[in-house]
Amino acid sequence: MAAINPANHGLRRLSRYLVLSVVAVVFLFPIVFMIVSSLKPDHQLLADTGSLRAFLPVGDISLDNYRAAFQRAPIGRFVFNSVLVTVITVSLSLLLCSLAAFAFTYLHWFGRGLLFSVVLATLIIPFETIAIPLLLIVSKLPWIGVEGVTYGWLDSYRVQIIPWIADALTVFLFVQYFKDLPRELIEAARVEGATWWQVYTRVVMPLSGPVIATAAILKTLKMYNEQYIWPLITVQSESYRPVMVGLQYFFQLQIAWGEVMAYLTLITVPVLAFYLALQRAFIASIASTGVKG
Amino acid sequence: MASKLTRSNRAGWAFALPGFGLIALFIIVPFFFAFGLSLTNQRLISPNPTAFVGLANYRDLLGLGVITLEPERDAGGQILRGADGTPDYPRVRNFTRNNPDHPRLDGMREWFRWQSGDTQKVVVAKDVVFMKALVNTFTFVLIVAPLQAGLALLLALLINQRLRGINVFRTIYFMPVVVSIVVVSLLWRFIYSGDNGLLNNILSVLSFGLFRPVDWLGNPSTALGAIIAMSIWQAVGFHMVIWLSGLQTISPTLYEAARIEGSSPWQTFRHVTWPGLRNTAVLILIVITMQAFAIFAQVDVMTNGGPRDATQTLVFQAVQRGYGKQDISGGSAISVILFLIVLSISLVQRWLTREKN
Repeated sequence: MAAINPANHGLRRLSRYLVLSVVAVVFLFPIVFMIVSSLKPDHQLLADTGSLRAFLPVGDISLDNYRAAFQRAPIGRFVFNSVLVTVITVSLSLLLCSLAAFAFTYLHWFGRGLLFSVVLATLIIPFETIAIPLLLIVSKLPWIGVEGVTYGWLDSYRVQIIPWIADALTVFLFVQYFKDLPRELIEAARVEGATWWQVYTRVVMPLSGPVIATAAILKTLKMYNEQYIWPLITVQSESYRPVMVGLQYFFQLQIAWGEVMAYLTLITVPVLAFYLALQRAFIASIASTGVKG
Repeated sequence: MASKLTRSNRAGWAFALPGFGLIALFIIVPFFFAFGLSLTNQRLISPNPTAFVGLANYRDLLGLGVITLEPERDAGGQILRGADGTPDYPRVRNFTRNNPDHPRLDGMREWFRWQSGDTQKVVVAKDVVFMKALVNTFTFVLIVAPLQAGLALLLALLINQRLRGINVFRTIYFMPVVVSIVVVSLLWRFIYSGDNGLLNNILSVLSFGLFRPVDWLGNPSTALGAIIAMSIWQAVGFHMVIWLSGLQTISPTLYEAARIEGSSPWQTFRHVTWPGLRNTAVLILIVITMQAFAIFAQVDVMTNGGPRDATQTLVFQAVQRGYGKQDISGGSAISVILFLIVLSISLVQRWLTREKN
């Protein structure tokens, strides 16, 4: 073994940081490019791709692209729609999936094993493969609103929310977590006469902070980032469209790349900020999906 | 054991039903509906009533044939050759258009051909685009699954060092995961652009001008590779984190023992780290395989399946037919085929990784 001398040690450390930094550049450059380009006029944006200037906010820097982007599309509306759909779906998902997981973990009832297997089996159905039959179904479903019973859910918030509430992964995450909670707590509460609803609200859920965070983060990413093909085929009118579908407004005959970059930055920066603020929770939540049980 | 305390049919159903009901209505029912539709001739808008057609949609997708082409010969048995010396062959359409000798080949088109001696073998397919989508999807999965899992492990090992500020790097490597694949695909369309694209310019600078610009997404031989590289860039951080949590379950005393015995870094990896990661490896391969089979958004945003069908994939075809071309039964049949592939792979994986004994 080589003797460890300070100079050698320092050099090794330096080379490790060098490798780490080169890899970091690979992951960062498209994001930096997006943000920096959103501040440049089109002709400069295109000219700058030939040099390192592509990654530097230099030259004719302004917020003009953002102004133009807001004029081109109702961006505020799209963001509002996405946030509304995400918040409602995630909240209802946490409630209904944790309730189902509670029943699957703690209660013994006829059909439990079968239903749980069926839920797990849906994990391997890619959404896109059922998108068309689902479209046919939701276009016929009844709805009771102020104008009485109507049929067809197209062009609405509910078509973007209700089909996405319950999913196998969220149920599975809760079941994995509930299994490790001490059973004695639940049985003690039952002995003292608590109803199952009370056990759920007063014993189990207050202990479930970590799994709630995990499920909420994963579902939020799914709802905000990945709602693309479904609203594309179910929502025609502008007033219900989410951010990812709003992109279409920027791909007309002449693509104004500066505006595209401004729009991409606008819809991405909130997620990045959310991630940077809660990055420990984000990474812990992904890591916990990997714990096999 | 079910104790009296936990037995409750009514509460069980009441708690499970809202969630299960939604999964049933919005995942399970459409899934079986897709099966049913694939056996009909349903179109979104059609003057004719929908009829049961059995497996016709599947035959139209999967029909394959091989034609052996003998070179054309003159009256003396000499092979006729074109100006460049290659033999002349009869046209494929002689076999596939109204040829009473080959009713099975009727309506098929050439997929690819190869030479064996003086004869040529031509593989014809009922649906060449579907066949290309099938091959592309498998290519994508077979490249992405090992490559992404391997790179994610390398990154995890890199991040698992004890260095000041290492969390900053972890945060950066994971960052693309939280960016929408739609946004990423658009951004990379710009990066891959043939005229003045960022990637071409970077490669040109790194090679001191030797590199010739490539239209990465416009060239059939590079388009799928470009999508693969971008997909890995976006998702590799996700699996790095899963590897990392696997790495952190390995006891430090094992590394200590390896160090005392003077084992090299590779030996340590081979005999300490890797055995501790077996379960993680299985899980990661399964997750990546499932995700890779569903590739859609990248294709939809970046290439629309082109150029010359080089980036067609199964899910893209299913959506394009079912929605774009309003051929609901054909799209459903593709969905069912994809589902059967995914199901059989997950059964094989489960069997291969079953607990011994």
